[in-house]
Amino acid sequence: MNLDYLFDAAHWDFSAGSIPQLILSHLWYVLLALAIGTVIALPIGLYIGHTGRGSFIAINAGNAGRSLPTLGLLMLMVTLLGLGLLPVLIALTVLVIPPILTSAYAGLRSLDQRVVDAARGVGMRPWQVLTRVELPMALPVLMSGFRSAALQVVATATVAAAVGLGGLGRLLIDGLAVNDYSRVLAGAIVVAVLAVLLDLVLAFAQRWIVSPGLRVSR
Amino acid sequence: MITFDDVVKVYPGGGTAVDHVSLELPTGKTTVFVGPSGCGKTTSLRMINRMISPTSGRVLIDGQDVAGQDEALLRRGIGYVIQHAGLFPHRTVLDNVATVPVLLGKTRREARTAALELLERVGLAPEFAKRYPAQLSGGQQQRVGVARALAADPPVMLMDEPFSAVDPVVREQLHREFLRLQKDLGKTIAMVTHDIDEAIKLGDVVVIFRQGGVVAQVGTPQELLADPADEFVAEFVGRDRGLRSLSFDTAAELPVLPVPAELVLDEAGRPLGWKTGADDVRPTGGTFTSADTLRLVADLAILSPVGIAVRVDADGKADGITPHHDLADYLAARRG
Repeated sequence: MNLDYLFDAAHWDFSAGSIPQLILSHLWYVLLALAIGTVIALPIGLYIGHTGRGSFIAINAGNAGRSLPTLGLLMLMVTLLGLGLLPVLIALTVLVIPPILTSAYAGLRSLDQRVVDAARGVGMRPWQVLTRVELPMALPVLMSGFRSAALQVVATATVAAAVGLGGLGRLLIDGLAVNDYSRVLAGAIVVAVLAVLLDLVLAFAQRWIVSPGLRVSR
Repeated sequence: MITFDDVVKVYPGGGTAVDHVSLELPTGKTTVFVGPSGCGKTTSLRMINRMISPTSGRVLIDGQDVAGQDEALLRRGIGYVIQHAGLFPHRTVLDNVATVPVLLGKTRREARTAALELLERVGLAPEFAKRYPAQLSGGQQQRVGVARALAADPPVMLMDEPFSAVDPVVREQLHREFLRLQKDLGKTIAMVTHDIDEAIKLGDVVVIFRQGGVVAQVGTPQELLADPADEFVAEFVGRDRGLRSLSFDTAAELPVLPVPAELVLDEAGRPLGWKTGADDVRPTGGTFTSADTLRLVADLAILSPVGIAVRVDADGKADGITPHHDLADYLAARRG
């Protein structure tokens, strides 16, 4: 096992199946799954957190989602829907929903209720309480949920290759198929580096969007 | 004027928080709701801005039933100050104060300019404007809370234990500034406290609640101290209510005796102490002017080594004395 595959310039030329091209398709699955998952999980989590209604859904969906094996779910989806992007996205989205939903719920629930009371008391409408007070205050917790979802989905999006799609999983699956462990290692390293980089980007974004008032202490 | 018309609040589960309360809170005055915990004082306050709805009965502001009004609009027209200030931690001090004007449609710029003036009004230097609540002390936060409530210049203010989360020294200071502000602004204020001394100090009218959400007595602080309606009120206002009721009158009409030779004065005529022996001069323990309260006079008479309070004029020159028995005679005569 060595790093020859990773450092071979021919694998970085942007042609079909090259590492940059696989990174792009990998990121594409990741972003789609995160976007769809957020669109589904965030409103539900915020609704449950804001109203306190249906908190059992937040807790149980979180636990159930976490315990579903993504590869098994993907195979089931392929059996039901056939090959293509859709079953992959469904499997990955199911992975993304629990951390986002749970963090949205927990983020709102953990807020100082006196501040929420003050927001209502000064005359904010429920929507304004949510968007101007609860959401900005819950952002640190929400972002940590989003970051853990992103990390999981970056690692797990390799399953796309198992059903014939691209992404960095190609390096793993094809490498294993031809006993090219240098290629497998390249895939593992690129996935790991990608995960770290994505988390750095999100950490930076978090610093930028979270109010300094929530970081400072006396 | 805020009117409670036979207001009842029963919580599901059977607890009666407010039991047939009818009250009138006069315009431009401070009305303080006071009582032990669980007496319904906070529930009553929160029914004014519809944070809580009554089970039956009506709450009216200037004759208008609050139940018929849009919740958010109603609340924007009522200043709201709560314990621990309840500031928005993610917003700067300035933006906290600008909250309600922005909700009312002012531009952020206009609202911030006005907010800056308000900060000064509540005794905060402009450099606090850019800070976040977590960077302020409890007392400073509470000032920002008051500024936020005043920002839209509402005629009515609700204050729920506004000064209970700060230490006694800061509280004293906030009390003074509250009285100064209220003298200027003349808002219709409803305030909740569990501290009877605070109620007596700050209230024009004090409403004493008892357990079960019943009003035990309504009156001016003087009335409550001089004439408690029952055992509960007498107990609640405290055993030293006689002494405390002296805080409401000044020493302007208190007769004094001429300054005796035993009172040692400096060249300017200011008292130095009492001569109690050949070489023994003991401090007077303090002096009063005719603008001070009778309570201070009583205190000085007790503290004085000879049982005599010393009056001074505006320049600090001793101009009369009141022995404690003269004070007692005066109070007895006044009582009629």
